[in-house]
Amino acid sequence: MNQPAVLTGNFVDEFERVAKNLPGGGEFAGRRAAIERFRALGLPTLRQEAWKYTNVTPLARRAFRAATREDAATAAATLAARLPEYAQGIRLVFENGQWREDLSHRGDLPAGVSLRVLFDVLRDAPSEAARMAAGEANPFQALNDAFYTDGVLVTLAPGAQVEPPIHLVFLASGGTEALAIHPRVLIRAGSGARARIVETYHGTNETATLTNAVTEISAGEGAHIEHYLVQDESAGAFHVGHLYIEQARASSVTSHAIALGGLLARRDIEVRLAAEQAGVILNGLYLTAGRQHVDHHTRIDHLAPRTASDEFYRGVLNGSSRAVFNGRVLVHPKAFKTDARQSNHNLLLSGDAEVDTKPELEIYADDVKCSHGATVGQLDADALFYLRSRGLDETAARGLLTYAFAADVIGRIGIESLRRELIRRVVGRLPGGELVRGML
Amino acid sequence: MAYCGRDLLALPPEARAREGVFLAFQYPVEIPGVNNVYLMKASLNAIRKHRGEPELDAVEFLKLVKERVRLVQMDDSFLGRAVNEGFSGGEKKRNEIFQMAVLEPRLAILDETDSGLDIDALKIVASGVNHLRGPDRAIVLITHYQRLLDYIVPDVVHVLSGGRIVRSGDRELARTLEQRGYDWLKEVAAA
Repeated sequence: MNQPAVLTGNFVDEFERVAKNLPGGGEFAGRRAAIERFRALGLPTLRQEAWKYTNVTPLARRAFRAATREDAATAAATLAARLPEYAQGIRLVFENGQWREDLSHRGDLPAGVSLRVLFDVLRDAPSEAARMAAGEANPFQALNDAFYTDGVLVTLAPGAQVEPPIHLVFLASGGTEALAIHPRVLIRAGSGARARIVETYHGTNETATLTNAVTEISAGEGAHIEHYLVQDESAGAFHVGHLYIEQARASSVTSHAIALGGLLARRDIEVRLAAEQAGVILNGLYLTAGRQHVDHHTRIDHLAPRTASDEFYRGVLNGSSRAVFNGRVLVHPKAFKTDARQSNHNLLLSGDAEVDTKPELEIYADDVKCSHGATVGQLDADALFYLRSRGLDETAARGLLTYAFAADVIGRIGIESLRRELIRRVVGRLPGGELVRGML
Repeated sequence: MAYCGRDLLALPPEARAREGVFLAFQYPVEIPGVNNVYLMKASLNAIRKHRGEPELDAVEFLKLVKERVRLVQMDDSFLGRAVNEGFSGGEKKRNEIFQMAVLEPRLAILDETDSGLDIDALKIVASGVNHLRGPDRAIVLITHYQRLLDYIVPDVVHVLSGGRIVRSGDRELARTLEQRGYDWLKEVAAA
């Protein structure tokens, strides 16, 4: 049988075109090795298990131009108007992946907290901009390695604590051609450090963009990190994101992943609980409508004893949209007394919407506690009747129950301004939302 | 089944509620994420709108619910909780009576409101119901036991068997039934 040709789109040609202008040039920091890796791998296809339900081959049919500093030229006032309301205080703003100093403020950072723009890091100390988890067989991460020009490096010294949330806002304003944006966020937390980081991806107009983001968190011993991802890109946007979390002893990381926008969005979250008593919480919510496609793949490796993971994902699907959830949990041989919980519940508001949900538990240790549950369903008929018996019409009752289903995830968000804004966004997106707003 | 000149069964549940019918559930549904007081606000305003009355403003509404929640001896924190979520059996029943107190129905149907209640909760529920008795309100109490009727003394007692009223009387009928059992009625009916 003939091996089907590897699909690489125009990414390799584009690399050759821009390589000399990338920070450090084409040979720098393994960029060329990365593009070779991508050339060999090609874009994922439906034949690969991890991409079985998500077709990214349309990316090969478009010519994406790599965004450069010239693509960050929107008037400050125009862009400022598109910033989310909650992104106040400490914030770094990027337009098409390029830092907008004029819209950013770092504020007075506490001692031991450093917030650096990757463009500067690439110039001054390039080795610090490299990923921890480099080299694996993921073509999108290879593209990020090859093309990335900017992003953020957050460094927290041991014991450093920063109380206000750190906002990283990535605005995709697009351009006349389809743009590819490869941002990178690195969060390095020393032992006992604490911080809350909010990554927001917004689209400001309807042109096609590809955002291919990589985020890494390393949490030192006893560190405590809350990480928020809000993906609310435009209706024509492709969004691929990889979040990699590595945790030391007794560290705790909470990730909230909220997916509202984009035409096609794929989010991979990989967690390595590398030492005893490390604990991770993964919360997630996706709302889809129209022809949107949203895919979440999570993988948690319990590598040491007494590690804990708690995963809570919900989805609300309307129109002919499609969602994929794949939650893989691996309990390695030494990881006795692992406590792993996972749930993924989906609400289908339309007969044409479709969900593929798959928990994957692999347990190689004794004396562990693991549970998982996945459901796909409609609104509870008894609850609907109860609300209607109190005088609410069917549309309002449905709206209220749908909102409540989603609010269960939003309610876990610890930053009040963000929670309020997301509630507003979620209510605005749901059928019967106007009626629900009147009730809240 | 006629109610105020209308066919009750032809109406959807929300229309029944708006026409002044309240159903207290035997097993009230838990609705996580929906705040008790938000539901009452939406509910009361839907009913008022139907009657052509203006919606209550936030201040008036809060005053009303805070007053009514006292009837079932719950504190204000009860208002902010999600509808029936994590409520004990007694709290769920008290919540039903609280809702009834806010919505002021013309006809209230209380379906086995005494089931699963300990004696203290039963007294609270009964006292709430008694407060809501009045000439403009009919209350249909469905129960299997005399116990509830010691606290809510009925005006009329109907005995239902196989979906039909087989006997009607005053409070004494329920007492006799409690002493002699339902078999007594079956024998009487057969004779």
